[in-house]
Amino acid sequence: MDSHTGSETMIVQRIANGTVIDHIPSGKALAVLKLLGDPHVKGFRVALVMNVSSKKMGKKDIVKVEGVELSDEQVQRLALVAPQATLNFVRSYQVVAKRNVSPPSVVVGLLKCVNPTCITVKQREPVYSTFLLSSQAPLTYVCRYCGRELGEYEISSQVQ
Amino acid sequence: MAHGAEESGWKNRDVIDILGFTKNELLDLFEETDKFVEQGSDFGEPLRHKIVATAFFEPSTRTRLSFSSAALRLGAKVIDLSAEVSSLMKGESFADTIRMLEAYSDLIVVRHPSEGAALFASEISSKPVVNGGDGSQHHPTQAMLDVYTVNKLKGGVDGLTYALVGDIKYARTATSFLYALTKFNPRRVYAVCPEALRPRAEVLKRLEGLGLRVELGLELEDIIGELDVVYATRIQKERFPDQSEYEKVKGSYRLARTVMEKAKRECIILHPLPRVEELPYELDSTPHAAYFKQAAWGVPLRMALLKLILGG
Ligand SMILES: [Zn+2]
Repeated sequence: MDSHTGSETMIVQRIANGTVIDHIPSGKALAVLKLLGDPHVKGFRVALVMNVSSKKMGKKDIVKVEGVELSDEQVQRLALVAPQATLNFVRSYQVVAKRNVSPPSVVVGLLKCVNPTCITVKQREPVYSTFLLSSQAPLTYVCRYCGRELGEYEISSQVQ
Repeated sequence: MAHGAEESGWKNRDVIDILGFTKNELLDLFEETDKFVEQGSDFGEPLRHKIVATAFFEPSTRTRLSFSSAALRLGAKVIDLSAEVSSLMKGESFADTIRMLEAYSDLIVVRHPSEGAALFASEISSKPVVNGGDGSQHHPTQAMLDVYTVNKLKGGVDGLTYALVGDIKYARTATSFLYALTKFNPRRVYAVCPEALRPRAEVLKRLEGLGLRVELGLELEDIIGELDVVYATRIQKERFPDQSEYEKVKGSYRLARTVMEKAKRECIILHPLPRVEELPYELDSTPHAAYFKQAAWGVPLRMALLKLILGG
């Protein structure tokens, strides 16, 4: 992935093994880092690149995490904050796999309904919130139980 | 079934919202309802061995009694968990209560103040669940009844001009009626209501996605002459944080006789009842008043529904 952005390799070293998360909406890099569970605390090397120019997005952020491969749950969360992100898995300085994230069509148990009278926010009921994707851009989910919408801002503030 | 729906489609079916039904299914239901309306009183007890549970976690007299009456007329037994009793069962979750009723009955009618409660109940219960109203969201059997009434009195639902008057935001009857209209081809649909009681943006969006455009911002006086159906709802004081605001708007959504005099003679007024001031008694004797027929047909309609779901 470093081949197409020469200026960026000058700012940030290439990583040996780990994940490069590209095409994060600009300004969301810290949010992405947070949902990965702050790997830097555990001693992993992390690089954030913010406001890089991008043909596809105008400006974008990039997060590089050495030594970490994302779990499925992390990828799902990532898709909710950065729906257009691409994942590049790096081994020995080579991109060995690429993967697009896309917002899941159903999100169970992760988001909380903002409607205070929705059955899913009732205490002590064995019910999981369930949201159905209603629009990719702007990212919008609808509560399956009460029909209330969750917008981009609510979603990204909830998954962090 | 005359309209092409398989009869098996009704067997043990949950009734959560009106959107889950096709136009043909609704017409089949109406046909069954007609039979009961015409039949009078001897229905042969087709549900003799069935038990219907009514579980009302929120007070309601009309819906509960009309379901009970419908079940009893078909020979079923009725067990009832009233709002008073359910409030005493403070320690028990809704889910556990539904599991109990699932074991005790063959069909559960649920009313609950939380949106989504009926859907949740249907996920728990292997017995069919009928939504008797969940929060401000759905009231499918009322919507079926409302459309049935229009269909019967106007000879069809398509091509008519409708105005919903009053509270179109919290009144689940109004929202459900709008969802029901998406199954048909109304000429125009107006919502005449104070700004604070307009349908929620996501409801309007959903309606539009289903091909129904709701026109907002007009006064009843401006459109009364073109209306075929007026759907009135009660404006509840509790919906207004500021009581003076309520006092200001309540009069504007009253169906005054002076306004109704400008309506077409065949224009009908529907109201889910109970009414307060929005529907004056002086209209009861006019040809517009359809709400008593509407209320009376609530029993045969629910009979038809129970028979389709539980009947062999
Ligand atoms: Zn909800």
